[in-house]
Amino acid sequence: MEFGPHLMLASLEGAVIASVLVLTSMGLSIVFGVMRVVNVAHGEFYMLGAVLAWYVTSLLGGHPAVGFVAALVVAPLLVGLIAALSDRVILKHLKYDADRTIVATIGLLYIIQQTTLMTFGPDARPVEPPFNHRLALPWFEFGEGGFAMYWPWGLSTTSYKLFVIAAAAVVLVALWLLITRTKIGLIMRATQQDSETAQAFGIPVGRVYSMVFGLGAALAALGAVLVVPIQQAHYLMGADPLLLSFIVVIIGGLGSLPGTVVAALLIGMSDGIISVFFSPTLAKILATFLVAMVLVWRPQGLFGRSAT
Amino acid sequence: MSNGTSKKTDLNRRTALKGIGAGALLATGAMPGSLGFAQAQSSAPIRIGFQKHATGIGAAYGRWYDATTQAAVKRINDMGGINGRPVEIVVEDDGTDPKRGAEVLEKFANQHKVDVAFGTLFSHVVIGSAPRAGELKLPYFVVSEGHHVASGMLNRYTLQPGITDVKSQVQSMAPFVANNLGKKVTMIFPDFAFGHDHRDFFSAAIEAQGGEVVAKIAVPPAETSFTRYFPQIPRDTDVVYHVMVGPAVLTFVKELGEFFGPSRPEIFGFIDSLEAVDIQSPGLEFLEGTYFWEGNPRHAQENNSEFDTAYRAAVGVDARGASLDDPKDVSTYAHMFGCWETLNVIKAGMETADYQGPQDRAKLIGAVEAMTDLPHSLDHPQGAKLFNGKTHQVFGAQFISKVTDGTLKVEHTASIEDGMYEDEVDYTAQSF
Repeated sequence: MEFGPHLMLASLEGAVIASVLVLTSMGLSIVFGVMRVVNVAHGEFYMLGAVLAWYVTSLLGGHPAVGFVAALVVAPLLVGLIAALSDRVILKHLKYDADRTIVATIGLLYIIQQTTLMTFGPDARPVEPPFNHRLALPWFEFGEGGFAMYWPWGLSTTSYKLFVIAAAAVVLVALWLLITRTKIGLIMRATQQDSETAQAFGIPVGRVYSMVFGLGAALAALGAVLVVPIQQAHYLMGADPLLLSFIVVIIGGLGSLPGTVVAALLIGMSDGIISVFFSPTLAKILATFLVAMVLVWRPQGLFGRSAT
Repeated sequence: MSNGTSKKTDLNRRTALKGIGAGALLATGAMPGSLGFAQAQSSAPIRIGFQKHATGIGAAYGRWYDATTQAAVKRINDMGGINGRPVEIVVEDDGTDPKRGAEVLEKFANQHKVDVAFGTLFSHVVIGSAPRAGELKLPYFVVSEGHHVASGMLNRYTLQPGITDVKSQVQSMAPFVANNLGKKVTMIFPDFAFGHDHRDFFSAAIEAQGGEVVAKIAVPPAETSFTRYFPQIPRDTDVVYHVMVGPAVLTFVKELGEFFGPSRPEIFGFIDSLEAVDIQSPGLEFLEGTYFWEGNPRHAQENNSEFDTAYRAAVGVDARGASLDDPKDVSTYAHMFGCWETLNVIKAGMETADYQGPQDRAKLIGAVEAMTDLPHSLDHPQGAKLFNGKTHQVFGAQFISKVTDGTLKVEHTASIEDGMYEDEVDYTAQSF
């Protein structure tokens, strides 16, 4: 494939990866920002979202769009509830101690993964996209006959992939409005800045924590519902997004939401482009190397504020 | 059981404890002996350890290998078992993981006390487990397709009598590909031993036919997204040769179709890329008119043999290779016959060797090594086979099917001779 179309295909693939990554990393980042909890089970909430999406769509039948819309509502809600519940039952009793919550969420990771294995089974399950059209894309060149448009072999995307990018952007804007323009967002930010003072002003910090933990998990689940018609639901699918989300959050700055968005775009796009031109393994190597460099030279992350 | 020699006045807590300790030692020490004696009795079941990919990337195969194994054992037991003894299957999950695979063999030998181990598919698990089978002197019958058995990489205790290997398969496919589809081939294969077998042997085989491999695209076996690999397919490719494994195979084939759109080259795939997947799934319409290698035709053909029909019924699979209970649950039909046939080879071997217990394991291997012709029968429903005792590898017919109206129709059958190659090892020269 020529360089131009090749780059365009790579960028499109990268944009799909990046948009799903933005959602999952935002979930991880919000949880860390507000609660100071490193949620190792985040990838499993993502997996749970995908599996529930399969369950809901296979339960409903009919036109794939019906099941998909239902999954879009039900899966994040249910995963959010499970997460909020596990905050109440587990994390609260550990008093959100940094080390102990890491161990507890590792435990949660295995509980969710193995429960899914025992109930849903080890097979990969497809979810039919609500709509899916192959869109061949044109390319331009200056040949002997001057400026010409042609359709290169393989340069295409699907309408559903474009929808994923758009949907992620919409969710991101909604999230930004929630945090900056609503009372809930104000309470969240207050808790993030100083939870003790917030409590002194009558904010139910415990409930805010549960809600935030649920919201973080719901965002991961939402990303998974969007991606599951492209990939497939499988009980081991949580490992990759967890690693990438951690990379994004560390590069962007723990708890910094604009940093998370920028880093997710950076990692997602570079993962797409490098893996198309070179190899997916090299993309992972470079991303991990970038994390190491950020940790050495700018431990607070690109957009993080240094600890005071 | 207390210490009888102690005088009553000496019986304090310490001696009592000693007595209990001695009793416990006796009990555990006596156990294996009595168990061994029980095993020598002719009525005790013959225990076959089934190394199952119940979880991990091989899970779909594991489930169907299990179903086939249970059906084959039921048939063997209904016919009176082996040497008058019933057969019992001991299942252990290896997680499709080589390290776990070796541990499972250990468990089979030392804890479950099985007579033989059997059933592994994924080549990295076989390669990880076989050395341990050799050390444990446990006959290990694999159903793996990998060339590692016949290449001489493994040992005398590892045999593959139920399914042909990749080298033989691709060698018999290459003439058809070169003569009917095209000479310039791009290969897409999983990046581990099994995929490397495809890469190396098909490259050589197509060159022998005057063709060439213009690009080799390796994909990590745990990959979930594939579009990014396809731009490496050169524009002048005549034929795309694909073989993929793992939970994401449906995504792989779908994305291949989306990439090419209406202007695809010829496509020749190994059915591995679609095992356990319904060929009429949405997004797979582009496969119409493409070709697949099949180890055993998934869809019952017009001239279906009575043996295949009976085998389908025994395993619980319909004419489209799907579960009788759920037509959406498609089997790994092209591979799982290997479990059925391997168990029948174990049965025949044990009967020839008059197998009584683990002390006869070497005799069993000798009996299997002496086998040659395995005729088409209900014991071997896929077709007649030829076993090579020196390389521990079986040879059989291969099928090329064309997708016609959503059904796999056999277009070409490669004979046993098409897949033969020179011996690379003589395991019979190795000591037990």
